[in-house]
Amino acid sequence: MATYSTNQFKNGLKFIWDGDPCSITENILVKPGKGQAFNRVKMRNLKTGRTLERTFKSTETVEAADVEDMNVEYSYTDGENWHFMEPETFEQYAADSVAMGDAVKWLKGQEPCVMTLWNATPIAITVPNFVELAVAQTDPGLKGDTAQGGTKPATLETGAEVKVPLFIEEGNILKIDTRTGEYVSRA
Amino acid sequence: MLKSIRAFFDARDVLEVETPLLASAGNTDPHIESLQTVFRDQSYYLNTSPEFAMKRMLAAYGESIFQICKAFRDEELGPMHNPEFSMLEWYRPGFDLLQLMDEVEALVLALFDKEREAFIRLGYAQAFEQFGLEPYLATASDCRNCAIKYGIEQPVGLEDEKDEWLDWLMTQLILPSLPSDQFTFIYDYPASQCALARLKINEQGVTVASRFELFYGETELANAFHELTLVDEQRQRFQAQNEIRLAENKPEIKIDEQLLSALEYGLPDCSGVALGLDRLLMVLSGSSSIDEVLTLPWERV
Repeated sequence: MATYSTNQFKNGLKFIWDGDPCSITENILVKPGKGQAFNRVKMRNLKTGRTLERTFKSTETVEAADVEDMNVEYSYTDGENWHFMEPETFEQYAADSVAMGDAVKWLKGQEPCVMTLWNATPIAITVPNFVELAVAQTDPGLKGDTAQGGTKPATLETGAEVKVPLFIEEGNILKIDTRTGEYVSRA
Repeated sequence: MLKSIRAFFDARDVLEVETPLLASAGNTDPHIESLQTVFRDQSYYLNTSPEFAMKRMLAAYGESIFQICKAFRDEELGPMHNPEFSMLEWYRPGFDLLQLMDEVEALVLALFDKEREAFIRLGYAQAFEQFGLEPYLATASDCRNCAIKYGIEQPVGLEDEKDEWLDWLMTQLILPSLPSDQFTFIYDYPASQCALARLKINEQGVTVASRFELFYGETELANAFHELTLVDEQRQRFQAQNEIRLAENKPEIKIDEQLLSALEYGLPDCSGVALGLDRLLMVLSGSSSIDEVLTLPWERV
């Protein structure tokens, strides 16, 4: 049985917790100067999509989750499932909304994604770190505000809402960091 | 900051020194992991602090010394930790901890442009007693009950180790209760957390470690000892620490025999303190992550 110790903890590490595969989303070292260290971990249960927080003494080990990551391309959604294709074998996989999580906000078609399978079932989708999406709706920025650092909400073509600078207009293509959900630049 | 620190010590006749960053023996502290490198098939530790080398110098030289250098610790990376960091360490022969506390306060205050209030001085026991725990006598289960009372989770793997419980409560309960915009000294640590400090009997008649730490809000900035000069006791502590390391499946660290020889030769009665300069710079600049004060954050080295 493969195990990980707390000093191997990092974002994306997958292990079994309470019987479910989990992926670490945040790992913070809590360490009083000369004392015992602890890892405060935020992890996403890959089956339920729920995030939970646990703290581990920094000598603990956990059981590695036997999950497989696969490069796939997003095809389409039928409203209930999101369909992906493995580009070499053309094999199709369907992910449900739980597996999709936030990924639904950033996909319009043909994006290369990483699909996580546990017992051959898709349980998580990782979208590219950056995506380029058009602005579907945003209020016009006020004149003279272009030099200011202000932001306003904008709805993208996928339905995602992001905060954008005031000079952004409808139809602009934006580069978005999917990890933070933040506007990066105009594409 | 560096210029002001050097001026401060220059005015107090403390000599700036430099000691090797590599050493053939390392730090046995079970909670500190050393990085190692290899020269001609021989393994060397990168210093986790300049303490051992400076004490060897002190045994020979006998006067006040300070050093600004890099220190390295494996496994320490996060918003408050970088594996390579800057340390200011100094030793004062003839100083007791109170005198050293005054000097640490004077140094830090000298780095601020404007007036600040005096630092809070809080006994370790006092800090815990406001939460109904007497830390010197408490058992692990007293600590656990205290955690439950204040809604603090029990970390996975934390069972019956009292000192680990105290460390956990320190980070989760005590430090968050300190004023977030003030400096606080915590002194008289439990004897079981003495590290390289001598033991003493405090005003309440309890044997404690002659050690203090400085915090700004929850951020630990400095650790100080009234230094242990007894060679036999120091050897026993190194050996005991290595036993703990073995029990926790951590690598055994080669004991610094040259430091022990220096102690045997005679270390002057002195107090010493190590202050994390990156963290101090964070406080001075109002930064919330150590990356903001590093020239190159760890991701980019």
